[in-house]
Amino acid sequence: MKKTTKAIWNVGLIAALLILLFLLEQVLPSSSMLFMVLKKGAIYALVAVSMNLLNGFTGLFSLGQAGFMLLGAYTYAILTIPVESRASVYQYFDGGIVQFSIPVPLALIAGGIVAAVFAFLIGLPVLRLKSDYLAIATLGFAEIIRAVFQWDKLGPLTNGSNLLRNFPTFNSVLYPFIVAGICIGLIVLLINSTYGRAFKAIRDDEIAAEAMGINLAHHKQLAFVISSFFAGVSGGLLAMYQTTIQASMFRSSMTYEILLIVVIGGIGSITGSCIGSFLFIACSEWWLRFLDNSNLYIGDFHLTFMRPGFRKVVFSIIIMAIVLFYRKGIMGDREFSIEAVQKFFRKRFKKKQTVEGGSSHE
Amino acid sequence: MEWITKNLPYLMAGISVGGQYALIAIGYTMVYGILRLINFAHGDIFMVAGLIMVYAVTVMPMPLAIVLVIAATVALGFFVERAAYKPLRSAPRMSVMISAIGVSYLLQNLALYITGGLSQQYPAIPWLSDTVTILGATTKRVTLVTPVLTVALVVVLVLLIKYTKIGMAMRAASRDFETSQLMGIKLNSVISMTFVIGSFLAAIGSMLYFTNYTGVTPTAGAMPGLKAFVAAVFGGIGSIPGAVIGAFIIGICENIIKGLGWTTFSDAFTFALLIVILIAKPTGLFGEKAIDKV
Amino acid sequence: MKKRILSVLLAAAMLSTLLAGCERKPEAAADGTGSADGNVVRIGVFEPASGDNGAGGKQETLGIQYANYVTPTVEIGGEEYTVQLDIVDNESSNDKAPSAAATLVSDGVSVVLGSYGSGVSIAGSDTFKEAGIPVIGVTCTNPQITEGNTHYFRICFLDPFQGTVLANFANDNFGAKKAYVLTKLGDDYSTGLGYYFTQAFEALGGEVVEETFQEGNSDFTSYITSAKNEGADVFFAPSSTEVAALLVEQAASQGLEIPLLAGDTWDSNVILNAAEGKNVDIYVSTFYQEGGDPEFDAGIKEWINSDSTAKANNGGDDTVSGLTVMGYDAYYVALEALKAAGSTDPAAVNEALWDVTYSGVSGDISFNEIGDANRDAAYIKHANTETGAWDFVAEQSVAQ
Repeated sequence: MKKTTKAIWNVGLIAALLILLFLLEQVLPSSSMLFMVLKKGAIYALVAVSMNLLNGFTGLFSLGQAGFMLLGAYTYAILTIPVESRASVYQYFDGGIVQFSIPVPLALIAGGIVAAVFAFLIGLPVLRLKSDYLAIATLGFAEIIRAVFQWDKLGPLTNGSNLLRNFPTFNSVLYPFIVAGICIGLIVLLINSTYGRAFKAIRDDEIAAEAMGINLAHHKQLAFVISSFFAGVSGGLLAMYQTTIQASMFRSSMTYEILLIVVIGGIGSITGSCIGSFLFIACSEWWLRFLDNSNLYIGDFHLTFMRPGFRKVVFSIIIMAIVLFYRKGIMGDREFSIEAVQKFFRKRFKKKQTVEGGSSHE
Repeated sequence: MEWITKNLPYLMAGISVGGQYALIAIGYTMVYGILRLINFAHGDIFMVAGLIMVYAVTVMPMPLAIVLVIAATVALGFFVERAAYKPLRSAPRMSVMISAIGVSYLLQNLALYITGGLSQQYPAIPWLSDTVTILGATTKRVTLVTPVLTVALVVVLVLLIKYTKIGMAMRAASRDFETSQLMGIKLNSVISMTFVIGSFLAAIGSMLYFTNYTGVTPTAGAMPGLKAFVAAVFGGIGSIPGAVIGAFIIGICENIIKGLGWTTFSDAFTFALLIVILIAKPTGLFGEKAIDKV
Repeated sequence: MKKRILSVLLAAAMLSTLLAGCERKPEAAADGTGSADGNVVRIGVFEPASGDNGAGGKQETLGIQYANYVTPTVEIGGEEYTVQLDIVDNESSNDKAPSAAATLVSDGVSVVLGSYGSGVSIAGSDTFKEAGIPVIGVTCTNPQITEGNTHYFRICFLDPFQGTVLANFANDNFGAKKAYVLTKLGDDYSTGLGYYFTQAFEALGGEVVEETFQEGNSDFTSYITSAKNEGADVFFAPSSTEVAALLVEQAASQGLEIPLLAGDTWDSNVILNAAEGKNVDIYVSTFYQEGGDPEFDAGIKEWINSDSTAKANNGGDDTVSGLTVMGYDAYYVALEALKAAGSTDPAAVNEALWDVTYSGVSGDISFNEIGDANRDAAYIKHANTETGAWDFVAEQSVAQ
């Protein structure tokens, strides 16, 4: 397929998806769980892709994603709470010290920038560390950031450890899709650029990459900062989705969840991360909820093992099964594209034809 | 004298919690030493040991329950390794680590399902839970027993590793995984043994820890586990005395921080310490120098 | 290729769970409709069943379930409706709360009861607000929950009130001059009540030492040592029951001699069990004292004892917690609102709630212009460490 037709196909697909979403929103009540899942899925898709950029494409094993999301979410919330409701939100701190608010898109970008700046500072010492040590150091930084944001001396800025709320939220499911879509698009462009190729070279063999003239420190730092920027943006989106935020939400278990999404989708596959994210969120928030129902009967048989908590057990067993028996995840390191789908069906079709052809000869 | 009475409790709490971290940290450090795997599920195995005790004492006398807890925890550790890590022996290290996160997730959710999400009251172990007074400070006897027991167990373990055949095999495997296989070491049994020892110590640790802090919740193992791991890295991962010293340092520092009134940062300080040591001395206090293999 | 097929299979398996999820729901609804003449009204129960506040949430849910057991139907607009409880677990976690709330919204509930824990109530609030569904807070005491909202009501007293009551109590009964206040970071209930207590206590001329602890912390020995070293006269710890059990245990083993003071969350047999046979002095402020309504007590005790699940959810015995009573009353307030609205439409119920009055087990309930209950009394109870029961100390109110 030619490059232009491919681009047209992709644009067409994305447009079709957005139109479909728009129509869905007109048809279904806005309270449907579907929209909940789609919104959260889009946000997690963005942060999963940003993590994949580090873990899957650059080979830097970082576990600091929750910390950067926290930075983005707090920046967004602090900058967008309307001035008139600050007194009630910052009730223990006399309305806080920030007495202005800026438009939503600017605040999202600001969230990304704050996360990126922190990533730059953290990256200076930490990126020299190797694999597991890097993972544990970034995890540690995320925990430190969380503690600092709960410190009551910073209360006038962060509202201490209390909830931040009343900031603008989504009014349409399209919003997170468009923002996440633009960000993921930028990451794809980056990966396909010379920088992206350098990242992959570092992932595959650091020493060889260095010998080829790639500046290791510079590129690692770049990947780390960019990934954190998008984690920050997704943190801002997450704040919009949650309607309230608090530092204690951004625990290391959040990072583990994102890591699981990346692995389920396939390390090194952008579309894999996106698909993985929607499946993960849908399973954990929606599809499996019926398992928690303790009043289920099959005929007269009371399913006594079904009670609150069973959903999570089933979910974690599914995850273990994927990790153990399906190591490469849904997509492996391939990408979903029209071409691949066509190839897939063409093969099928050909096979069928030959089989059919064979039978007609007889 | 008054100064001592006032500050001794912090120190005692620190030493005792440090000893409990140490018992968990050994499990981390030994597994990492051989498999290069951060066994994220280790903290949860520690939590499960606590839960087993809660349920065991309802049906059997305490001494029997203690034996059962140790046996069941060891069996769990062994089983987890066989089921979740062994099939991934040839897979990239990240896959194994994710499998460990998966096991941790599974154990926590199972505990949530079984307990119904409620905190379980840990039974009082006679003698250990008795209140004692030293130098004007009142505490449970377990606070005093923990450091002694920890050091004794560590000495036994170090001797075991130094002078027995299986210990030698462990050292060989942690030095060079492939070559040790060529030398006729049965790696699988060595690895299983590592998990058995780690789980055994975690079971002992859980009895001491939960006797002091008597609530067992599904996430009760997460924080001690993470801190024990930090202790293992701090002391130089792979080194048993390093892990123990690291654990004591972290336990004591944590309680001093709390005593100074910086409670918001008691956890953060642990990680800050970790990052400082990683940057200044990437292999930890007593770690061996890592050799880059090209 | 094989992998592709596997991936398709996997997706199919996941889709089938989706379908299964869809299939079950109408079935469950059909069960409910089968019993009555087809009219069902759904009341959402938005409570924690796991996590830090799981124990308290379960006791509150128990009251709602008992009320539903006693009165399973309601007459709305001249027709008999079967009340179906739709219980979701918000996991005591502010980040799980919105999706738990969304589950209730998408199930089409008419009114929601909950939640135990102020943080989750605030976190779930906006989801209900967008859907136009009214919520009746049962024991969430933080002022921010109802403030500025027209859909959130509550039947309990507020933290500024509770904090003042406790501060007065500490001052009057123990002549306390110095209080040690321990709150949990990231818990709006805990920090809020701690804040109001501090304000009131300082206004009385007292001195306060404030400390905080992180989520997941289970080592309170250092805090207890600090409280001793500071020479505090009372130890105030507004926190979840989970923390309370740990704190009581450690306070006892360290020989903390000053009284432990706490708010409504501690009114639970979890604390009684932890304190039994130990040398600790615990006072809590709460909504109800067992014996206030003997008929109700006898009825719910019989119900709890006849149902093993209910008994387990109540912590293994039949002590009636103030939380359970509040849950019970909240259910009837919801029924009153449904009756007054004459329809199951959430908007109509919301409108009707403003004028609802109800004489419950915990006292008379009516709402002021913010949506808060007009309440001016709290009960102070003392944990009897010998009998393992609550002793009534005083009924306290605050001069407004």
